[in-house]
Amino acid sequence: MVSVRRLLALLFNRVIFVCFVETVLRLMISIVTQKIDTQPLLESVSSPRAGASVLFVGTTRQFTSGRETVFLSYECYQEMAIGKLKELCDRAAKKWTIEKCGIVHRIGEVAIGEASVAVAVSTAHRKDAFESAQWIMDRLKEEVPIWKKEHWTDGDQQWIHEGSVAGGPDKAGGAS
Amino acid sequence: MMIKLKVFAAAKEIVAGEHVELELPTGSTIGDLKQALAMQVPDLANLIERSAFSIDQQYATAKDPVNAVNEVAMIPPVSGG
Repeated sequence: MVSVRRLLALLFNRVIFVCFVETVLRLMISIVTQKIDTQPLLESVSSPRAGASVLFVGTTRQFTSGRETVFLSYECYQEMAIGKLKELCDRAAKKWTIEKCGIVHRIGEVAIGEASVAVAVSTAHRKDAFESAQWIMDRLKEEVPIWKKEHWTDGDQQWIHEGSVAGGPDKAGGAS
Repeated sequence: MMIKLKVFAAAKEIVAGEHVELELPTGSTIGDLKQALAMQVPDLANLIERSAFSIDQQYATAKDPVNAVNEVAMIPPVSGG
């Protein structure tokens, strides 16, 4: 009887442990309307098991193919975008050994030079961190339901819907 | 059945609203919904062809059935980042 209890306790602890790993893996997944503060994101992926942390920041670019942008505005399908961002971290964790992963995307107006997106990944070795951060950004730009609108200096505005179904290769400029 | 389709970005501007209400026969699929949407809002036709559709926040195929309890959305080519 005692051994059964111990077994159950062990099993219970294991379940708790698995849940814990699952939660810390993607600590910070959010969509914000204010400036992205990259420091808390980077700190959120710190881990004693990590030997490398990569922080990618995508910013609003002033010129795209010679045309000048005043600012970008972003909108998203909030619930689905959050779900897809979480899914990207989970999928990346199946391809690389990731300690922790976080993604913050900004919506609303984003001025030139400001960050529209930040991805942070920590891993034991730097190769995995670089590769997985790049993979997450590439997938984000093709799969996550977020859209940018260019506001050009000539007063023109344009939703960027290039690429194919579910977001193909992003030929649009303006940011990351 | 009545489907309240969520729309975003350029599609939202074209319909001047966040939803399009579509009356569809029971048993309709995403493919049927796309046809009905293009008939109801001809200005969306071009974008519909380039868009994905989702059911309950997961990307769907043309063959997937829709019903009134689902959250259905039109997802124009995405451009986050």
